[in-house]
Amino acid sequence: MTLAPENGTPRPSGFEGGSDSPEKLLVPVLSAFWDEEKSWTLDVYRRHEGYEGLRKALAMSPDDLIAYVKDSGLRGRGGAGFPTGMKWQFIPQGDGKPHYLVVNADESEPGTCKDIPLLFANPHSLIEGIVIACYAIRSSHAFIYLRGEVVPVLRRLHSAVREAYAAGYLGKNILGSGLDLELTVHAGAGAYICGEETALLDSLEGRRGQPRLRPPFPAVAGLYACPTVVNNVESIASVPAILNRGKEWFRSMGSEKSPGFTLYSLSGHVASPGQYEAPLGITLRQLLDMSGGMRPGHRLKFWTPGGSSTPMFTEEHLDVPLDYEGVGAAGSMLGTKALQCFDETTCVVRAVTRWTEFYAHESCGKCTPCREGTYWLVQLLRDIEAGKGAMADLDKLADIADNINGKSFCALGDGAASPIFSSLKYFRAEYEEHITGRGCPFDPATSTAWADKPAEVNA
Amino acid sequence: MTTSSSERGVGLGMPQLPAPDYPDDVRARLEADAREIIGRYPDSRSALLPMLHLVQSEEGHVTRTGMRFCADMLELTTAEVAAVATFYTMYRRRPSGDYQVGVCTNTLCAVMGGDAIFAALQEHLGVGNDETTPDGKVTLEHIECNAACDFAPVVMVNWEFFDNQTPESAKRLVDDLRAGRRVDPTRGAPLCTFKETARMLAGFPDERDGAVDATGGAGPASLVGLRLAKGDTAAARVVHPRDGGPQDEPRDAAPHEPSPAEHLSSHDAPQETSASDPDHPSPASESDGPVDEEGQ
Repeated sequence: MTLAPENGTPRPSGFEGGSDSPEKLLVPVLSAFWDEEKSWTLDVYRRHEGYEGLRKALAMSPDDLIAYVKDSGLRGRGGAGFPTGMKWQFIPQGDGKPHYLVVNADESEPGTCKDIPLLFANPHSLIEGIVIACYAIRSSHAFIYLRGEVVPVLRRLHSAVREAYAAGYLGKNILGSGLDLELTVHAGAGAYICGEETALLDSLEGRRGQPRLRPPFPAVAGLYACPTVVNNVESIASVPAILNRGKEWFRSMGSEKSPGFTLYSLSGHVASPGQYEAPLGITLRQLLDMSGGMRPGHRLKFWTPGGSSTPMFTEEHLDVPLDYEGVGAAGSMLGTKALQCFDETTCVVRAVTRWTEFYAHESCGKCTPCREGTYWLVQLLRDIEAGKGAMADLDKLADIADNINGKSFCALGDGAASPIFSSLKYFRAEYEEHITGRGCPFDPATSTAWADKPAEVNA
Repeated sequence: MTTSSSERGVGLGMPQLPAPDYPDDVRARLEADAREIIGRYPDSRSALLPMLHLVQSEEGHVTRTGMRFCADMLELTTAEVAAVATFYTMYRRRPSGDYQVGVCTNTLCAVMGGDAIFAALQEHLGVGNDETTPDGKVTLEHIECNAACDFAPVVMVNWEFFDNQTPESAKRLVDDLRAGRRVDPTRGAPLCTFKETARMLAGFPDERDGAVDATGGAGPASLVGLRLAKGDTAAARVVHPRDGGPQDEPRDAAPHEPSPAEHLSSHDAPQETSASDPDHPSPASESDGPVDEEGQ
């Protein structure tokens, strides 16, 4: 069932001209040449002004460079949105200790799928950003902690690092600047928790990936107890364009507090899942309108703004500006901008149960509230989904989630509580229906990617 | 991981004997690799994860011998190595197949068909989760989100991407793997064995001709935004329905019967639970949400 566009509907628009055409709303920067042949190679990258940002950075003093990135307003793209330049500024200078940059490429948050395609198609943007960042924080050794389960990306990173060394962008005396930099690509071994920055550091030190209590923060005592910056892939990869095209250009996009461009990842029951690079502040409605909407005949039921750890939204949030403040004001978090969209065929209890099983599996076990709480959430949710729950279980779910939220070292437990709280808030009736109806009223077959085209698939 | 004492004919709870060492030639070869790995890091212990990938590339799983080798090279105890090896899911603890077929059953892929694919493969192969076909070719696993949600449902074989799968395509895929036919991922290089993959994870680049370039640039889903920005129109210009769309159509469908693919076993769950403490209610509707961590 396809509905006609409602042309008269006023929409909040943060963009000059107010045009809703994709050409106006989207700004491919990192993704600008992903469609070119061999986009992952140094040659193609240089054809698109690759490593020009680095030249401009090396002409500045490291402190001026940090100030420049800070002034650009770039905020972390890995979930928390902390200002990148400020993270760099926190590194104590002249302390006589080695400084490290660790790039968090452990992209594992359910729904998040931006860094992996970025590294697959354009790894040099990250490498250039790493060199710039290391010059700024006075680091001579950087690491890329890549999750292990993405061998095609590992292959291209190995190749790109090799190219960068051969071209003099890594190694000794980079571009004659006197900067020396070693870059090590490190493959993880399968643990969601290693996306948490202190667990990542423990893992990189050859230990179980378990979060550390802060303070001390990594900027003071990070890798090998030395000052360390941990940045997300997209944050670092955005730096070269800022240097090359200017902070004013960057600030001309998005809002005062959330400037710039970013990758939005649309997935689920939408007509055109994929990567959409746009200024911060675009809305899901704009993204859906330009890309064909939900799959034909279906209706948006619930969605996550930034992965499963961010409280879910519903149809009523279609016009929330997808920037740090906008999503926060609406009761969730921008997170990783992983817009997982589920239509009316999807059982929210099933979805939340599966996410909770994930958190229980990935809880590292260090903090009791998270380790025990996620276990009990799973037991309750499985019962409810199977029609064996009691009404009192719903309060108990909320109670357990409350006992996890904010009670552990890291945000994994908070992330586990998010889908519980938000689904109970918006879909309590659906939970109750599972209990009173003694089972799930949904047919999972109607949710599959092939549900509406039975002729093509004959399972 | 351990051999029970009764299997050795001793019922005394004796501590396990040290693992046997690698044959000399194997050890010499692995030592050279290990030194190269250790040389990448300011502190040798950082080499442990790649070295566990390395010993896995030798035997297909992390053996006691492999852990002892890591301990020797890094001056750690075998207990310290075992603690790490058992923490991470990519390290196998028993022999498995040449091809690890991982079906994503995290929420989004599961809903989009991952559950159905996993159930179909279990039935087709006659194996359960984390089990290997009798010919030793295929180990079936359900995996967590692999950062390819815009290509859902996703299947990974030896950690190469097989995007937009269906039960039929997945069955063909495992049939081809078992028959020894060449299989190409949708994103990634022509498949090599699990052991060869483990070597890349240890940090030794894939030196096969064309491996880096295989399957070209970004996948189709990665390019949809770029194409729209360049003025290409969307395939189907269906404006998102806002009002009057189908609401509860599937609600009267048959109740959802849990299939074998789904996680069952609620036997240890409480059947009836008491209400929460009314003096300390959960602020479910007031939650501000968590502060997420970088990269999470």
